[in-house]
Amino acid sequence: MGIVRRMTVSYALLGLLNEADRHGYDLKQSYDRRFGATRPLRFGQVYRTLAQLERDGLIAVAGVEPGAGPERKRYSITTDGVTDLERWLSEPEDPQPQLQTVLFTKVVVALLSGRSADVFLEEQRQRHLAVMRDLTRQRREASLRDGMLIDYQLFHIEADLRWIEHAAGRLDTLAEEIKL
Amino acid sequence: MTSLLSGHGLHKSFGPIPALRGVDLEVAAGEVLAVMGPSGSGKSTLLHCLAGILAPDAGEVTFDGRRIDKLLDGRRSRLRRTQFGFVFQFGQLVPELTLRENIALPLLLGGRGRRGSVAAAGEWIERLQLTDSADRLPGEVSGGQAQRVALARALIAGPRVVFADEPTGALDSVAADEVMELLVTTARAEGASVVVVTHEPRVAAFADRQLTVRDGRAVLPAVAP
Repeated sequence: MGIVRRMTVSYALLGLLNEADRHGYDLKQSYDRRFGATRPLRFGQVYRTLAQLERDGLIAVAGVEPGAGPERKRYSITTDGVTDLERWLSEPEDPQPQLQTVLFTKVVVALLSGRSADVFLEEQRQRHLAVMRDLTRQRREASLRDGMLIDYQLFHIEADLRWIEHAAGRLDTLAEEIKL
Repeated sequence: MTSLLSGHGLHKSFGPIPALRGVDLEVAAGEVLAVMGPSGSGKSTLLHCLAGILAPDAGEVTFDGRRIDKLLDGRRSRLRRTQFGFVFQFGQLVPELTLRENIALPLLLGGRGRRGSVAAAGEWIERLQLTDSADRLPGEVSGGQAQRVALARALIAGPRVVFADEPTGALDSVAADEVMELLVTTARAEGASVVVVTHEPRVAAFADRQLTVRDGRAVLPAVAP
């Protein structure tokens, strides 16, 4: 699993814990339903991620309950966890390949927690436009070969932007759907 | 920023439908500003109000320190002819005139003699690499060449501001890049400001700054560009 996906999964789980305290099993089910249509989480990933988040002080064990099998830990987000989640949500991402997972996760986490996805998408849009402006400037001085590589980046960033525009127009419907 | 052109509190409706609902913006001398937004957002109406083509229902448009939204029709069209240049999606070239004559047209209409006008057009033809097709009609050249002619025609009379409404809308991406590069570099060389309306991020990326219009209102960047 790449670092981008690993980070994104961490924040998705933090987002779910920001909504309510949950057990590991419950977290996996909620994640798969909201984020994982094509890539469900394995249990091993869930517990590894929870252990890491707990070590970093972003979540804590809120209670231990006996289940049919082993005891089940119920996790809750800590104050540091909320701060970290909010920082992640409010910082636009630099354009990069594989960004769709991160952008999509941010939109869903924002909507789940009643935060503004509009503001996040608009700031992300500005970041993308600023990068396109820089690349267009660089292309002016570049050789044709380098210019064509820059074109490749520009077309990909433009595709991200089209998704951002499209998503911004569908936030209300999405907000209703993911709360089901 | 000292602004050359500005709009404050601009409102404009077409019948019961509001197109602009209180837009503010400023354009500095020599600046290239892109106005973005989805179709129907009001961005073309904004350009028309700034350029004196439409009068806003409320608000002020100021150019070079003077209000221009209250000017009478005759003075407003004189202002458009002498201070502003225009490029539209489809070049709106006169089909019966050659490219050279199309470029010379603003000077001819402004009272410059035929010889002087055609000579000035010749300089722009070289500058925009149109030498081989200068004596063809608009219907005989590509869309990219036609837009280069529109560009030369917009700049030949030495405007302070060039208004471009979806100037690359009918072009493929290679021709679009060429036209935008020429628009930005020639306008800069002439010291003219540019207001370009586009829904394409790749086109807007040629500008120094971008303003987004949504539902008749300007969306200000929440972070510094």
